[in-house]
Amino acid sequence: MSEHLPILIVLCPLVGALVVPLVARVSLRASRALTVVATLSSLACALAALRMVLDGDDWHYHLGGWAPPWGIEYVVDPLGGGMAVVVALLAALVAIYAGPHLRVYTALRGAAFDSLFLLLTSGLLGITLTGDLFNLYVFLEISSLAAYALLASGGERAVVATFRYLLVGTIAATFYLLGLGYLYALTGTLNMADLAIRLATVPPGSAMTVGVVLIVVGLAVKMAVFPLHGWMPDAYTYAPPPVTMFIAAVMSKVSAYALIRVLFFVLPAGDAVDTARAVLSWVAVAGVLAGSILALAQTDVRRMLAYSSIGQMGYVVLGLSIGNAAALTGALLHVVGHAVAKGCLFGAIGSMPRQTVQAEIAGFAGAARRAPLTMAAFTVAALSLVGMPPTAGFFSKWYLLSGALDADVWVFAAVLMVSSLLSAVYFFRVLEQVYFTESPSPPDPGQASGMPPLSWRVVVPVLTLGAAVLLIGLFNGALVTSVIQPALPEF
Amino acid sequence: MFDLLGADRPLAAVLVSLVAAALIRGVGRWAILRESCTFGAGIIKLGLVLSMVPTVLDGGVIESTRLTLIPGVTLHLRADPLGLLFALVASTLWLVTSVYSVGYMRAGRYPHQTGYFANFALCVSATIGLAFAANLLTFFLFYEVLTLATYPLVAHNRTAESRAGARKYLVYTLTAGQALLLAIVWVYSLAPDGEFRPGGMLPAGLPSTTVWGLFGLFVLGVGVKVAIMPLHGWLPVAMVAPTPVSALLHAVAVVKAGAFGILRVVGYVFGLDLLRDIGADTVLATLAAATILFGSLRAFRETHLKRRLAYSTISQLSYIVLGAAVGSVTALAGAMFHIAAHGFMKITLFFCAGAIHTASHRDDVSQLAGIGRQMPITMTAFAFAAAGMAGMPLLPGFISKWNIGLGALSTGQWVWVAVLVTSGLINVSYFFPIVYAAFFRPPHGTVSPERPAMTVPLAATAVAAVLLGVRPDIGVGFYRLAWSAAQSVVGAGIGGSP
Amino acid sequence: MSQFGAGQSQYALAAVLLLIGLYGMLVKTNFARKLMAMNVMQVAVIVFFISLAVRTGGTPPIEIEGAHEVAAAYANPLPHALMLTAIVVSVSTTGVALALLVRIHRRFNTLDESELLDRLRE
Repeated sequence: MSEHLPILIVLCPLVGALVVPLVARVSLRASRALTVVATLSSLACALAALRMVLDGDDWHYHLGGWAPPWGIEYVVDPLGGGMAVVVALLAALVAIYAGPHLRVYTALRGAAFDSLFLLLTSGLLGITLTGDLFNLYVFLEISSLAAYALLASGGERAVVATFRYLLVGTIAATFYLLGLGYLYALTGTLNMADLAIRLATVPPGSAMTVGVVLIVVGLAVKMAVFPLHGWMPDAYTYAPPPVTMFIAAVMSKVSAYALIRVLFFVLPAGDAVDTARAVLSWVAVAGVLAGSILALAQTDVRRMLAYSSIGQMGYVVLGLSIGNAAALTGALLHVVGHAVAKGCLFGAIGSMPRQTVQAEIAGFAGAARRAPLTMAAFTVAALSLVGMPPTAGFFSKWYLLSGALDADVWVFAAVLMVSSLLSAVYFFRVLEQVYFTESPSPPDPGQASGMPPLSWRVVVPVLTLGAAVLLIGLFNGALVTSVIQPALPEF
Repeated sequence: MFDLLGADRPLAAVLVSLVAAALIRGVGRWAILRESCTFGAGIIKLGLVLSMVPTVLDGGVIESTRLTLIPGVTLHLRADPLGLLFALVASTLWLVTSVYSVGYMRAGRYPHQTGYFANFALCVSATIGLAFAANLLTFFLFYEVLTLATYPLVAHNRTAESRAGARKYLVYTLTAGQALLLAIVWVYSLAPDGEFRPGGMLPAGLPSTTVWGLFGLFVLGVGVKVAIMPLHGWLPVAMVAPTPVSALLHAVAVVKAGAFGILRVVGYVFGLDLLRDIGADTVLATLAAATILFGSLRAFRETHLKRRLAYSTISQLSYIVLGAAVGSVTALAGAMFHIAAHGFMKITLFFCAGAIHTASHRDDVSQLAGIGRQMPITMTAFAFAAAGMAGMPLLPGFISKWNIGLGALSTGQWVWVAVLVTSGLINVSYFFPIVYAAFFRPPHGTVSPERPAMTVPLAATAVAAVLLGVRPDIGVGFYRLAWSAAQSVVGAGIGGSP
Repeated sequence: MSQFGAGQSQYALAAVLLLIGLYGMLVKTNFARKLMAMNVMQVAVIVFFISLAVRTGGTPPIEIEGAHEVAAAYANPLPHALMLTAIVVSVSTTGVALALLVRIHRRFNTLDESELLDRLRE
């Protein structure tokens, strides 16, 4: 069994996605349990595989026994394996978290949700593990399709936002595919490792440049970089809480992973890549500033978080556009830290009673009294996005800053500082409501007991993520030396 | 793994109040348990810090186990003379403030006391961590935690005014934090271990633009907490906090962290020679002198008692900055000693202001006529502490000022002596009328009796202040610690590399 | 690689289709038209890939006993296989998009983007 671990990581949720609707006809409880089990087993496989890879060499798994470059290859290396663990962890937590939210659904809709959710998970995991560029495209589209359906389940407004997302997403995927065509025409292979070797010998030319630009643009758009983020705030605001939690946490991060993979492990260093990185760096600067400023202007917390994501993804792009060891470490750590923190934030918001969720920042008045634990997790995650020690966000900012100073790009350092301050402003607006404003209607004991207490299935995932934000921060040294540094390309 | 009662005592001292903060949260429902946690932790912490004094006075240092923060940089705590001096002040005053807080919060029937005591403990943890931090990253870590932990304390009353004050506090301190972060990352790119070294850690031969850039960022970064003009705006506004919090801000944790930061930056990051080479010492001294005079004048004009004390703090803290900028052994020793001296005096003054507020709900200096007869212990303590502030001989303020002044004279910078004398005169003119009116004008209105839970701590700090003035080395040897720290900084500078 | 792609005209066709598609998706305000434009764009990619596979004088890559011993005489089968998958992806995307459009139309009775955004702002 264990020699098939890489494919099992992807297969567990994929099989689950197919079986869940059948099981749901018998019992919704059983299908829920199956969803959780599928994600958890995927997490277990991912952890086991990562462990083996960290102890030894990269793990090349040949699908169906066909050796590359003819067959499709799955590769578990520290970068992909680490990313798979993050995705699977978030998936497992969201699977648990979704339970109470699905109670209002009919069995059919509940099963549809779980099935799509597992499909999305499977697609994202596939992206992290595949060693084949076309396979990556397929997984990209599998996950996108599942995400469209999930996002659209949030009502009419969500449907319009989703359609816009679908258009943008498809343009991105088409660009990627087209770029792939160019690289294939140049080399005759789609296997990443093979491509990397062959591209290095191809003299730079216009075909190469076009291919690189198309691929980079496609993946960057999938990441919702500024200014192609229009669909995101609406979609995050109206989608059901577990969907927002999962998609906000991992989806753009997986695209970021794909971009890092392609830029640093497939494409040959040269003018084309340098130009792409230079363009990306200014896109990132614009995104960081615009995201932070637009987040300030929001009154709905989920919308604010969506804009904050645009800014925070800008950090990642900034890191990879600087591209030295420290900056890439920062970008990767930020991918992990931001995934965990955003999941925590959206999870905490989704756990608020329905009437306040509709409401604005003001609706958070006195929330710390009603839900002290989830709000504590919310606070920790918010501080991480601001970049306060000792959370994960501080340390990723630290690496990014030292990367920027190593590369002597002071503008980027200044942008990071400004963005931190802006995020402090918009997060403390919320925290002030949570902790230092009494809720407008004083908690009447009769009414308070009428409100159902939060289910453990909601509280535990949020707290786990909150604790993870702190732990990743405190033990980032271990994380960086054992996973991230081996994951870096050679300089 | 850890030897918490041996070499890891600096770490243990940090952890004690961290654990206490968690416990206080846990048992918050029962006031007695909650307060015993505070006192228990306070006593243990003080014990731990005191137990390190003999070793450090003998010229040793105590280093905790290093914990990796990021590859190559560790969470590194070390008890050296300067750090121990600050830690001693903080842990002593925490214990005293805890007693006072219990009295104050109960008398005022303040809500949310659990959060209050928990955050208080967290603040002290951060302060001790800051004091013992052996490298810049560790220092920054605790510096920011301190900012975050004080924010809820400033906003404690949950009124629109206190929220606004807390917001302003955050804007100032977080902005400064970012500047400091940039400076620190920059230093790490120049000196990869970032360890504080007496006499400076920066490599030789840096271009002067780099040094100026770093200097500017550092002064911005720690200058906000030490409230150097024009970065002082948050301090008077933050007076909306409950009085023990103000006492904590002013005497124990926040502004002292800034002053301590200045000393660390000047003496252990740059080294005085480097600053003199580029002329930054004069800039810093000028800033400090301007702040001293400006703070004193503003205090003179202010009629709200707590705000007057706040401006007095702004002015007094710049004595420390001035001492650091003058930079002879004597001046540095005076500056370092002033951390303790100002701590004991200022906390007494705030305790008095709080006691008056609790007993009579009076906050304005014009309403204090005759209050000395109604609250004799409080106002006597106030009188002594105020005299110390003005620099009256036999009180601790005199010793620090004398040393700073001597230091300035020995390097021929008599201007700074004039500044000190002028500020002292202004100090007299804004403190003396309060004391005079309190004792020699007829009282009006009734005042509730003094509460032991408040008078005992304030009398204790006042007595401690007086003793410190008469015998600056009494008990734990603040003065000797200050001298030994100053000598290590300057001595290393003269002798070249440490 | 020069044996790939016999002429240049099919690449021009792909480019034109791609631009038509992009133009439609960016400029048209009706969601249904945008969707059609999206399909045109996807077809462009298919044309592009299939053109890559063409080999002058090449035959379909089917093994017939006795004939075509040399692989160089086949048209490249891989792009065809890839495009089979891409067509599946494109069909699924279109399906999801149509389902979304049906829901939008039911609720708002229009598919015009600016009108929809106005409605949503209310």
